[in-house]
Amino acid sequence: MFNLSKKDLSLLILVAVLTLFAPFILNPFPAGSAMAQFNAGYPDLMQRFVIFGIFAIGFNILFGLTGYLSFGHAAFLGVGSYAAVWMFKLLSMNVIPAILLAVIVSGLFSLLIGFISLRRSGIYFSILTLAFAQMMFALAYSVLTPVTGGETGLQLALNDPRILGASQTPEGNIPVPGLFGLEMRDSADLVIGSWVFTFNVGYYFCALVLLASFYLSIRIFRSPFGMMLRAVKSNQQRMNYTGLNTRPYTLAAFVISGMYAGLAGGLMASMDPLAGAERMQWTASGEVVLMTILGGAGTLIGPVLGAGFIKYFENIFSKINDNVLHSWFSFLPDGLENAVVFIIHPFIGKGWHLTLGILFMLVVIFLPGGLVEGGQRIRGWLRSRKSKDNGSASHETNPAE
Amino acid sequence: MPKLDVSRRGLLRTGAVAGAGLALPTIFTAQSAHAFTNEPTGGTVTLGFNVPQTGPYADEGADELRAYELAVEHLNGGGDAGMMNTFSSKALQGNGILGKKVEYVTGDTQTKSDAARASAKSMIEKDGAVMITGGSSSGVAVAVQALCQEAGVIFMAGLTHSNDTTGKDKRANGFRHFFNSYMSGAALAPVLAGAYGTDRKAYHLTADYNWGYTTEEAVKSSTEAMGWDTVAAVKTPLTQTDFSSYIAPVLQSGADTLVLNHYGGNMVNSLTNAVQFGLRDKQVNGKDFQIVVPLYSRLMAKGAGANVKGIFGSTNWHWTLQDEGSKAFVKSFGTKYGFPPSQAAHTTYVQTLLYADAVERAGSFAPCAVAEALEDYEFDGLGNGKTLYRGADHQCFKDVLVVKGKENPTSEFDLLEIVEVTPVDQVTYDPDHPQFSGGALGTCNNGA
Repeated sequence: MFNLSKKDLSLLILVAVLTLFAPFILNPFPAGSAMAQFNAGYPDLMQRFVIFGIFAIGFNILFGLTGYLSFGHAAFLGVGSYAAVWMFKLLSMNVIPAILLAVIVSGLFSLLIGFISLRRSGIYFSILTLAFAQMMFALAYSVLTPVTGGETGLQLALNDPRILGASQTPEGNIPVPGLFGLEMRDSADLVIGSWVFTFNVGYYFCALVLLASFYLSIRIFRSPFGMMLRAVKSNQQRMNYTGLNTRPYTLAAFVISGMYAGLAGGLMASMDPLAGAERMQWTASGEVVLMTILGGAGTLIGPVLGAGFIKYFENIFSKINDNVLHSWFSFLPDGLENAVVFIIHPFIGKGWHLTLGILFMLVVIFLPGGLVEGGQRIRGWLRSRKSKDNGSASHETNPAE
Repeated sequence: MPKLDVSRRGLLRTGAVAGAGLALPTIFTAQSAHAFTNEPTGGTVTLGFNVPQTGPYADEGADELRAYELAVEHLNGGGDAGMMNTFSSKALQGNGILGKKVEYVTGDTQTKSDAARASAKSMIEKDGAVMITGGSSSGVAVAVQALCQEAGVIFMAGLTHSNDTTGKDKRANGFRHFFNSYMSGAALAPVLAGAYGTDRKAYHLTADYNWGYTTEEAVKSSTEAMGWDTVAAVKTPLTQTDFSSYIAPVLQSGADTLVLNHYGGNMVNSLTNAVQFGLRDKQVNGKDFQIVVPLYSRLMAKGAGANVKGIFGSTNWHWTLQDEGSKAFVKSFGTKYGFPPSQAAHTTYVQTLLYADAVERAGSFAPCAVAEALEDYEFDGLGNGKTLYRGADHQCFKDVLVVKGKENPTSEFDLLEIVEVTPVDQVTYDPDHPQFSGGALGTCNNGA
């Protein structure tokens, strides 16, 4: 089906099941219980999971396949969001034109930046992309304030024209982004016992886009074009000596991943119609590198896992405060309770960076292939145990993925 | 092709599936079942405290959080009730809000509009917060305010000084107690004219972002109305840490006053550079060279150390104020944390009380009811004297403090002295003043 091998198809189905049932999977704890703090199944975070998943998938097409490490990818995400918000301001609140424009504009920007940056490789390429991204950030933050809203970010206003839509709702509010009347922020709650599961229109829209992008990425990975990109990674010089011009291939990969970033940016603006310059800062570019490496660079599903991992920490751990800790450990005697809270304190709340940093180090040191390698090891361990139980140790070697 | 199964078991199975299918719509509750977003139904109500815990304004954020915790304690009847005793409205009983115990969730804005919105969204969507408050930058305040308008919850702004928060970016669900750039300019200009004369040539260094622009504009127009000249206004990048290259041209320009439209780390660095360059020992046009910092905060004064001595600026509130409200607040804050509160702590504490009081008076948590109770509400006893929450733009109008860096500080907290309390009439402006035009409040939103 879909022209995929059995293995890729099962991966696609796995991702589809995971995303479609995310409201259940991410809300394992009953609402109101002490563990509800760790629930991540609310619309905003679920949307972020899939949007950053798309961003990381696109980044992986460049970094994972060609080995070109772009340190300025957030710039395309930012450009995409600005384009989408402008579409909301000028045309209508329908998300389709906004996302289309976001992809096109970021594609154009990446074509220009890629054309210049790809004249160099290795660290020089990274620095060039970083420089471009910082330049764009600085422009958006101050010089281009009339276009980008500067520090405050680009926002919708009551007096925007919105040629194909209404400037304001009958109640006198700014309309919200939607898909032909289906509002992105609409949600329905499913209450089962003390569990509450939220199904959000915007999330499912993003999830469908994620599945489409994931499918496209599989096809690119398995295509002759993908093979050419891998060849660039393994030895570009040799390819040049055989008379092959690799530049068009790398440029195409760069533009594709830039358009993925623009798509993510457009989706982000569709879920929450605001575009801020911070989205383009170098820390945001670094974040997508972290996501890809944490999940497993060059693997299909790794970047999505990495994106989810980082966003989970950013949104869940940063919100645990001492009060929450005290309520968890209130069963302990007073002195002990305070001691435990004191020890955990630096790792939660504002210390979420620290926790994430430690985990990142652990992953990079012990699982250089990222979370995907962790999964493979667990699977391998289970399999070897099973075969030992059967008493027939199989000696076949599985090809590495 | 599926085979039609007419066995007894098959019939039961299809029946069960069909039954479940019919029952499904009834167990799905659309979120519009509530009268307004996050209507508190149990015995508690959740407030969202969204402050910078990391990034350049983490100090202010930490102080805001302390004030919030204190306010919650007082609202729930703990502690010495602080400013609730001096507050002119007596609606708050110390039994929570409308009898519901106040609980809170915290988040990190990182002083980035994106992160702040993500954090506020999770408070609204996951924790069921009915009001969001906090922040230490205008960019964040404007972004979160727009989000709250969209989601249908009340936003009580924290430290935000840009005109835009209640100017071109004002929203019906957002309220600001803190003063703004215009008020700073209007309060400072007469004091500056009195101290330095009406014949001065000013040189502005302005942080290159939204707040910097509005502050520069406000100070420029107020001082020019007094007879000052503006020689030049130079933008400096927000990320700049060394301002020497910007200070050097000041002396060649013939200006005799330097206005630093900087805040936080920017201000600490630019002021330190200016003083190190010996600007304040210079004589230009036969006058002593002077430096002015439109927006002061104690935390910044601490960072700049001895360099702030004798430098004029404005502030929203200072802990040395001697009215009953301020004394009560400083006392309960000091008892709990061991040091006096900053102006950021004061404004956030007051905002929390004002919100709680408005809910009590409205008898409902519904944002539109709360907004109505706050609009054009006059109160006293919260540290700034008689104050009006103007309905036309949701801005508080109250006295503004003009302060000066103290020559002989007695402690690390005693860095500013109050020069003048500018009366509210002098800093009041029309809602459609040019510095605030271009936006519309819209109508209040109760959400789903």
